[in-house]
Amino acid sequence: MLSNKILRRGWSGVAAAVAMWATAAMSTSAMVQQPEQYFPVASMRVGPYNAMGTGIFGGVIDYLNYVNIKHGGVNGVKLVYEECETEYNAARSVECYQRLLNRGDQKMLLWDPYGTPLAYAVIGRVASDNVVLAQAGYGRTDAADGRVWPWVFGATANYWSQIAMKLNYIQQKEGGIDKMKGKTIVHLHIDTAYGREPLPAMRQIAKDWGFNLIEIPIAPPGLEQQSQWLQIRQAKADWVTFWGAGAGMSGTAITTAARIGFPRNKIIFVTFGGAEEDMIAGGAQATDTNVVAMVLPGKQWPLIADIEKVLYSDGAGKGNMQNPTRVGTIYYNRGVIAAVNYVEALRNAQKIHNKVGKPVNGAEFRDGYEALDYTIEARRKELGIDGMLPPYKLTCRNHEGAGTFHMMRWDGAKFEIVTKDWMGANDPKMIRQLIEDSAEKYAKENNITLRDCPN
Amino acid sequence: MFYREAGQFRTSYAQDSQILPLRQDRVGMAVLLMAAALVPFVANAYWLSAILIPWLILSLVALGQNILMGYAGQLSLGSAGFMAVGAFACYNFILRVPGIPFIVAVILSGICAALVGIAFGLPSLRIRGLYLAVATLASQFFIVWSLDKFAWFKNYDPAGVITAQKIMILGHDFASPREKYWVVLVIVLVLTLLAKNMARGSVGRGWMAVRDMDVAAEVTGLSLLRTKLQAFAISSFYCGVGGALFAFAYLQTVEPSAFTIELSFRILFMVIIGGLGTIMGSFLGAGFILLMPIFLNVFFHTVFGKSVDASIASALEQIIFGVMIITFLIYEPLGLARLWQLTKERLRLWPFRH
Repeated sequence: MLSNKILRRGWSGVAAAVAMWATAAMSTSAMVQQPEQYFPVASMRVGPYNAMGTGIFGGVIDYLNYVNIKHGGVNGVKLVYEECETEYNAARSVECYQRLLNRGDQKMLLWDPYGTPLAYAVIGRVASDNVVLAQAGYGRTDAADGRVWPWVFGATANYWSQIAMKLNYIQQKEGGIDKMKGKTIVHLHIDTAYGREPLPAMRQIAKDWGFNLIEIPIAPPGLEQQSQWLQIRQAKADWVTFWGAGAGMSGTAITTAARIGFPRNKIIFVTFGGAEEDMIAGGAQATDTNVVAMVLPGKQWPLIADIEKVLYSDGAGKGNMQNPTRVGTIYYNRGVIAAVNYVEALRNAQKIHNKVGKPVNGAEFRDGYEALDYTIEARRKELGIDGMLPPYKLTCRNHEGAGTFHMMRWDGAKFEIVTKDWMGANDPKMIRQLIEDSAEKYAKENNITLRDCPN
Repeated sequence: MFYREAGQFRTSYAQDSQILPLRQDRVGMAVLLMAAALVPFVANAYWLSAILIPWLILSLVALGQNILMGYAGQLSLGSAGFMAVGAFACYNFILRVPGIPFIVAVILSGICAALVGIAFGLPSLRIRGLYLAVATLASQFFIVWSLDKFAWFKNYDPAGVITAQKIMILGHDFASPREKYWVVLVIVLVLTLLAKNMARGSVGRGWMAVRDMDVAAEVTGLSLLRTKLQAFAISSFYCGVGGALFAFAYLQTVEPSAFTIELSFRILFMVIIGGLGTIMGSFLGAGFILLMPIFLNVFFHTVFGKSVDASIASALEQIIFGVMIITFLIYEPLGLARLWQLTKERLRLWPFRH
């Protein structure tokens, strides 16, 4: 019978695969001689956010490999990583967290899943697991208060600072805060925790400045937005802050806005939903759209140029990106900067705890992450990232860092930076107060004692 | 040779109507239960919290769906919505009723889900088949929407993602994966036993009569209203309890976006692949749908490691999973439970082939 023949052939194939796997497993275990530091990579390479996932995690993996090749690791400690597919699904990411938690006798140092619901799913267990939750520019905003969440960081900025910066930019364009009274601003967002995250800050600023805030949710995956944009036209909105994710959703937003005649230069995209892939999905109608940048794109930064040279050029073939032209795009650069954070934190941890050249554990890494300092220009130039991200440092109390961004404009082929310098909220103290109030409320509800932070 | 009835005589009605009449079956079940109870001592935290706990919880939900679809024949696509009702009800009971025992909160949240299930099951009295599926689809979207819209359910939390409270039973905090596993195991075993007995008894026969030919069932005196709504209520109870456990023992967050239409479809597939109208099928189907993608992911990363680009590997996993489901349904449309039944029948004759 045919199925019998297939089964018999299949068994030999299975046997071959098992033999291959056995030799691979044996050979890797025999080769461990250099000290290693293990990092997990919880990527999303399939699903609606795969452009973001392949770009960001490609950048992370490329930087880790670059440090190994160029500097022989961090003070001689080789950086190794394991990957797991989360598909941007909270349940899968919890499974990945459990699976990647231990590698041999080393535990993972940090968790950076690039999804706000994914961060929320593990935020309750990172403290007891001694794992740093490095929400690089996303996630639970009030974790910027390091007194309540010592293990959670939000460098370089969080969503409340981002929405405040957008409103600051809007009021500058409108001619001042007093001109904002009576204006209508629409927050068009995907109906998930990620889309709703900036609302508390936005509502507060709307109350203070007197503008009319309309919150319009889009059910995921957001590929159909006709009714929402018609609602925007009916409300005669002045500006739209678009908080979506996934190239399909962004492209749909641009084409639908063009169809109803809403000017693209009055739409501001968010850092995680506004990248080259999203703008290209919108086609020619995407020209003039504003996008906020936390990390600037481009290949002119010395680090990105060097990574491209070491990993991609001359047929080196060591890069993780399947499409090498994506090196230097926004998502890629964000991934690289996230990995720069990990490596710098590891370097700090080794120095602080006198473990130069040896692997560190979770608590030591946490101290190293809290000591991240990009205010020294010489160090930024040495890393090759001067200008790519705002100068900031993390402290015990402030786990956010900078809270500043640049505004970019899509000109049809690439992004151009329209702001002269890194811009933040109009009233950063008010945002910080909101964060601390929310964190203190959470601490009271859950009986958490605040850490004693000097600064 | 081993699986024979010879020599086993049943001399009372009680013996004849037990769930496992064969001694070999009873021994096997006892071994399985012992293994299930003792596995936390040998398994590590990953196996417990990422594999066994979600498998048990989703088996419970698939059981609820099987009761509704497999036994009562009512096509329903709202199981994740009822799970969400159970999860949020449990959260609110623990939040607003100080000192309520966890088990009581879980039972009450199941009852809440059952009431919602009865409300959305009313269309089943007028429509059947795919039309009923569409009506229950409405329940899925409506429930998730209203849990998002009315902030009271989330206690006015600004982020919309709430951390689930601790599981406190008799003053002990069941925090570690091992303890959570035992809580889930006990609840699932009790509810499975109840479901098996309901399916074997007159309740189950009423459901199957409605499934096979509801006009004839009505003619013989079965109240369609009561039977169908009872099926919806019991199924939603199971889904609600499963949802509460999903939020408290697995994800540890309570958010509507964990209970999307995709989860409803996955539960539907679990029931279809596992075997409609069987109890064992819910467990087997849940295992297949839940664990096969994880197994494929682990397999690809172990065998191919870094040599194959991870994007290709991830896409391949999804393709292979889809092909497996299709192949499966072509070779055995009645599901994994039928394969198990055929295996048992073969075992009865082993070593003879016929």
